[in-house]
Formats: sequence, C-alpha cells, structure tokens
Amino acid sequence: MGLFILRRLGVMLLTALCLTFIVFWLTNLYPKLEVLAKTQGNFRMSDEAVVSYLDNRGYTQSLPTKYGQWLGVVPGYVIDGSDGETRAKCAGNVAPTEDTPRFCGIIQGNWGFSTVAKDDVANVLPVRLGNTGKLMFWVMAVMVPGALIIGVLAGMREGSRTDRSLSTVSIVATATPEYVSGVILIAVFATPLFGMQYFKGTATSAMDDITFNNFFLPVITIALYGMGYIARMTRASMTEVMTAQYVRTARLKGVSFPNIVMKHALRNALIAPFTVIMLQVPWLLNGVVIVETLFNYKGFGWELVRAASNNDIEMLLGVSVISVIVVLTTQLISDIGYVFLNPRIRIS
Amino acid sequence: MEPLSWTGSFGSTLIPALVIAAAVFLAGVILQLIMGFFAPEVKLQANADGTLQSRGGLIGQLERLNGQIFSLIVLLLAAIIVVSWFMPYGKAGILGEIIKRFLPVWIALIVTFLLSITFKRKLGLYGKLFDSTIGMIGFALVMFWVFTSIFVGVFDMIATHDPLQQISGLKNKTPGISVPDGQDADFFPHYLLGGDNLARDIFSRMVHGSVIVMIIAPLATVFAFMVGITLGLPAGYYGGKLDTILSFLANLILAFPVILLFYLLVTPEIVETGLPNYMAAFLFIFPLIFFGVLINSRYKTQGSKNTLYLALILIPLAFIYLSAISEPNSPLQIWPAALDLFSINSGILVVFVSVVFVNSPTVFRIVRGLALDIKTRDYVAAAQTRGEGTWYIMLWEILPNARGPLIVDFCLRIGYTTILLGTLGFFGLGLPPESPDWGSTINEGRKLLLIYAHPALPPAMALLSLVLGLNLLADGLREESLKD
Repeated sequence: MGLFILRRLGVMLLTALCLTFIVFWLTNLYPKLEVLAKTQGNFRMSDEAVVSYLDNRGYTQSLPTKYGQWLGVVPGYVIDGSDGETRAKCAGNVAPTEDTPRFCGIIQGNWGFSTVAKDDVANVLPVRLGNTGKLMFWVMAVMVPGALIIGVLAGMREGSRTDRSLSTVSIVATATPEYVSGVILIAVFATPLFGMQYFKGTATSAMDDITFNNFFLPVITIALYGMGYIARMTRASMTEVMTAQYVRTARLKGVSFPNIVMKHALRNALIAPFTVIMLQVPWLLNGVVIVETLFNYKGFGWELVRAASNNDIEMLLGVSVISVIVVLTTQLISDIGYVFLNPRIRIS
Repeated sequence: MEPLSWTGSFGSTLIPALVIAAAVFLAGVILQLIMGFFAPEVKLQANADGTLQSRGGLIGQLERLNGQIFSLIVLLLAAIIVVSWFMPYGKAGILGEIIKRFLPVWIALIVTFLLSITFKRKLGLYGKLFDSTIGMIGFALVMFWVFTSIFVGVFDMIATHDPLQQISGLKNKTPGISVPDGQDADFFPHYLLGGDNLARDIFSRMVHGSVIVMIIAPLATVFAFMVGITLGLPAGYYGGKLDTILSFLANLILAFPVILLFYLLVTPEIVETGLPNYMAAFLFIFPLIFFGVLINSRYKTQGSKNTLYLALILIPLAFIYLSAISEPNSPLQIWPAALDLFSINSGILVVFVSVVFVNSPTVFRIVRGLALDIKTRDYVAAAQTRGEGTWYIMLWEILPNARGPLIVDFCLRIGYTTILLGTLGFFGLGLPPESPDWGSTINEGRKLLLIYAHPALPPAMALLSLVLGLNLLADGLREESLKD
C-alpha cells in the first residue's frame, strides 16, 4: 500500500510539472507577451519599445530558464536594463540589495506577482479560495445527500415506476449544463417575468454575508448538474447489490424489505458512489467557474476567468497549480478510499 | 399590426384544457410515486384464459387512468398543431405562429416515425429503438433539431428574419412585438420571441444557431472517435510501454480544467501563432490513418483490390485533408490555392480543434478499456491462431464487437460536445460575437438577464432540449442493446 501511494505521488508530481510547463509555454508565446507589455506599459508602444520592455523584465529569456526561475531551481534574473535601471526578479523588479535571495520560485514559497490584481498571488488566492470553499461546502451539503437518496430510492426496485420517474429526473439534471440551468433559474426566480421573484440574481453580497436569499440559486445550479450523475451511479450500484445472492438469502429468510435495504444493501451499494463523488470534484471546478462568472461571486473561478482574459501569467500559473493539485488529490483519495472501503480489492 | 399574445384565440379553449390535463397527469404521477412506496410488490397473477395480469387494485386503476390522460395530452398537442395551421395569420398567437413556422419539420418527423415504426423489425438496433418510449422521445427531440438545421441551413425556410438584421425600435422588446410601420414591406410582421439587445429577432437567431451546433458537434465527435479508436485499440491490445505512455498523456489532458484549457487555447493571440493549424494537421490525419489501416489490414493479400479500395478512399480524403489544413495567411500553406477546395474560418478551426482535443482522451480511455476486455475472448484467440495480422484483429475482430457501448457513448458525447461549444460561447471565446450559436446568444442575453430575461431563454431551452434528447436516445439505445 505504501509503495502504491508513493508511486501515485510520483506520477502526480510528474503530471503537475508537465501541466504547469504547458500553461507556462502557452502564456509565454510572443503574441501574448506583446499584449501583456502593451496593457502594462501603454497601448501605443512601438515594436522596439515592446521588445526592450520585455527584455528589461526578463520575459525574453529562453523558456526553460524562465520556467526554472518560476519553479525556483534556477537563480532569478538580475538584468541591467536598457533604460539604466537594474531589475532583479527576487527583489520585485527593483535593484537587488544585500539580503535579496538568489532563488525565488514556487519552491521557496514565492508565487509571483499578479499584474492585474496589483498584489502578490499569495495574498489574493487564499481569499478567493476561501470564497469558493464556502460555495463548495454548501454544494456538497445539498448535492451528496440528495443524489444518494434519489439513487437509492430508484435502485431499490429496478424497473418500477419510482425508478423510471427518478431516473428521468436525473437524466434531465445531467443534460442541463450550469449556464443553462443558471440562466433559467435566474429568469424564473430572480426576475419579475414569471411573478416568482423569490431570490437574488447575484451572489456578490454573499461574499460577506451568506443568506438563503442570495446563495440558494448559485448552490442549486452547481448541485443539480452533479446530482444527476451521482444519482445514476448510485442507482446502478444499488440495482447490482439488490440482485446479489446475500440479498436473496435475506429475502428468503423473511427479512422485511426496509430492513434488507437499510441493513444489507445500503452499505455495499455506497462504495461505488464514493469514488464517483470524488471524481466529480474536477467537474465541479468547471461548474464553479461558470456559476461564479454568472452570479458575479469573486471566488477561484472568477479569478481564473479574470487572469486568463488578461494573460496574468503568474496568477494563471498559481490557479493551475491549485486546480491540478485538487484534481490529482481527489483521484488519489478515490483510489485509496476504494481500496479501504472494498475489502475484496487489495493492491499487491 | 397588433402585437401578438402568447396563445391567441386558443387562450380560451385548447390551452386551458391542456394545462388542466397536464396538471392532473402530474398529480397522478406524484400520487403513484407516493403510493408505490406503500403498495405491495408487483405480483403476476395467472388468469384462467392463460394470460398474465400484473397488479390490480387502486394503483393499477390509477396507472391506467394516467395512461389515458397522457394520450389525451398528446391528442390535444396534435390538435393545437393541426388547428393552428388552418387559422389565418395572427389568430393563433405566438405559439401557433411558431408551430406554423416549423411545419416542414413536423412533416419530416411524422414521415420518419411512420416509416421507422412500419419497418422496425427489419432495421436492427435502430428499429428496436422504437420499442422504448424514452428512446422514441429522445429520438424525436434530436431529429427535431436535425431537421430544423437542415431546413434552415439548406433551404432557408423556418427563420422569419435574417439573424443579423436589426430593426430599429425593437431593441429588447418582449415576445410578439410587431415590426413598426414604415419598414420594408417584405418583413415578417412580428418578432415572435422578441428582440435582443441589438434589436435582432431572437427566434431567427435561435433556429440559425442550430445549424452551427449541428455541423460542429457531430463532426467534432467523429474526429474525437477517430483519434480515440486509432490510439486506444493498440494501447489496449499491446499494453506495455505504449499503453503507459499514451495513458499518461491522456490523463495529462484530462487533469486540465477544461475552461482553463479553452482560455489558453482559444484566443486571437494563439491563432496568430498558428498553433491551431498545427494541431489540426495532427488531429485531422487520424481518419486517413484509420481508413488506410482498416482497408489494408483486410485486403492486403489481394493486391489489386487493395490498391483500388485504398485509392478510392484515401485520395478524396487526402484532398479534403490538405484543403482543410492549408490556409492562406497561416504558417501551413503547403497546398496550392487553386486546389484548395474550401477554407475554414480561423475562429471556427480553433474551436473545432480544441473541442476534439478535449474529447479524444475520454474516447481513448473507453476504447482502451473495451479492447482490454475483448482481447481475452475466444474469437480473438481463434483469429490469432489463424495467423491474422494484429491490425486485422484490432479493427475487424475487436472493434465490431465493441460497437454497442461505442454507439451509446457516441450519442452521449455529441451532447457533451454541444455543452462544451455552449461553454465556449458562454465565455465569448472563439466564435465571432455576432454568431447566432446558442452559447454566444446565451452569453449576450445573460448580461442584461436581471432586466430583460427573455433573450437568454430561447437558446437555453434549445440547448437543453437537444442535449436532453441525446441523453434519452443514448439511454434508450443502451436499454435496447442490453436486451439481446
């Protein structure tokens, strides 16, 4: 088991390195840097001015060097600029002093500087992550119990009317992407169009103070999409368990139906949904980006959109590091959890 | 002209009847659901005449009653469609007029269903689809949009206005608004679903959007399947190093949050570097490889036939391939302009390429899993004993036997691709902002959603119904293919 986790961690590290390198490469293509220079400097810069601007700030070094500097395995640049100023990466683009460290990358805990937020990435991201964390907590609190109840009820008696109605509901939920359900929910419940203006159409005020009124729509929008999928998986696993031999034995012994479901079937049926819920987290990340944009809630997804549309390189890298860690950790947890929950599987 | 009301002269007769019937039906379904928990299990009872009867009593009666109400609802809907067609313009309200606009679609749908149900026993898996209600509903929804896109895109029929036509004074106006006097007399006299924030007709934009979705989504899915199959079969069949490397790459792409990838890839600056053209050159080569190997592995012992078939398939494909990847003003201008059959808009190309790129790893994983499973079967062992080539075994023994799950996944994946296209439109990436595709129109509409909600709803409902149809279709197909 220890070796298995160690190997998975190795693969994780390799994946994270590859992914951040791809993001680094795509954000450092020359046309993108040119746009960056023009938005940071001024829009009427000549081509030579752009080149010297980028030269002076170390953007035109070779790609592996820049990546190494960002990572913290190559010493940060110190450039005597063509405008007479000396800039060092580790001193925040001013002249270096005695106590300026040589290395300043992500390994040293330096996440870089966001050119859009005009602040350190390490200061901005925790706030955003906190906001998204609140959202995710409520999504999970609504989605997981709801999906499990629907799935167990549907899978209890396969082919019954309950099963067919609930399965149709979950298919409808999986077929509705967040930007569709969000728009429909806002139109119905947050505008006077249908006379049911119960909730607020934005979640901006929820950043300081969460109320049922301003947080219900964003939470339900994300939860609906994931709920359908988890419910279908739960149903599939429940129907499988209900045809198992130990359930048949229990029936033949004369155990009552509620007892069979609660005591014999449920525990075995919930193994598969656990891994599905874990693997659903990366998909929730997509939902979070859409919903935070739609409801103007300044969380992680909102920051991703802002950084990406302004080519805020170091913020984007920070965002992708975090999302890659989230994706890979949930995969690891789902693998390990599956082994722990299911005694029939042992990794040799 | 007067503005149209929603239901016109149906407002006092058929619509209330329909609403009451629907409400009773819904109440009945909920009642059944609740009763289902307490009622005894379904028991089959053998009658004296040799028939079987299931579950009598109150719940059985309720079930029968609900079935009848459902038929009544279908009848009422059909009546509305038929009656509205014979009403003069403007009498049938917005709903009636929209139904009239879709007349060619209704006719095509009825013909398709009549033909398919008549010959369903001769049509294999497709025919079996008409045994399941869910499958039929899904198929109807999908074909509705397929026919709509054909009639709009090819014959220019259903839309009432040009999707880019602006008529002053109709900005953000509510559904049923009439075109002001003094405009061109050729105009259709109303904006059926109102005007958007640039005073364009929402209804026309919605039906024109279906054309874009219907071209890109299935085609991108086909390409993703070509890539996934061509790489997934050898990965599953050979295993070993090849499998490790390919699986690592697939997981790498899958670990990327889709939206981050789209934001990085689908930008004007990336188009400028020519990266999408290189990716297209890489991804579009897979159909050529697939068909080349498919034919060669089968006919390689029959030299002349092999050459003939290869030439017949590969030369047109190569022509299309070279025309598709070679664009003027792109770094990959390798094909003389005189022979360039068509050129793809760079915005559409980058959208297409990134959607294929995101979808192929998942297809790869599915195909690989199926190949791992099927390669242990006896008929594969038999083929190996006969001394067949490995590609023959993969493409002519394993692939046909994996078709069931692949067809089901193909339907689901078209739906997922539609969702991805909508996501791109929602963030305003790739396609030009005036494009009528559903994602872009939802994006346009959401900006003023709290003030004017009506522009965003029609494209949202359209996208929802298409994806729902594809999901139901896949569910029906899965159910029917499991019955064998």
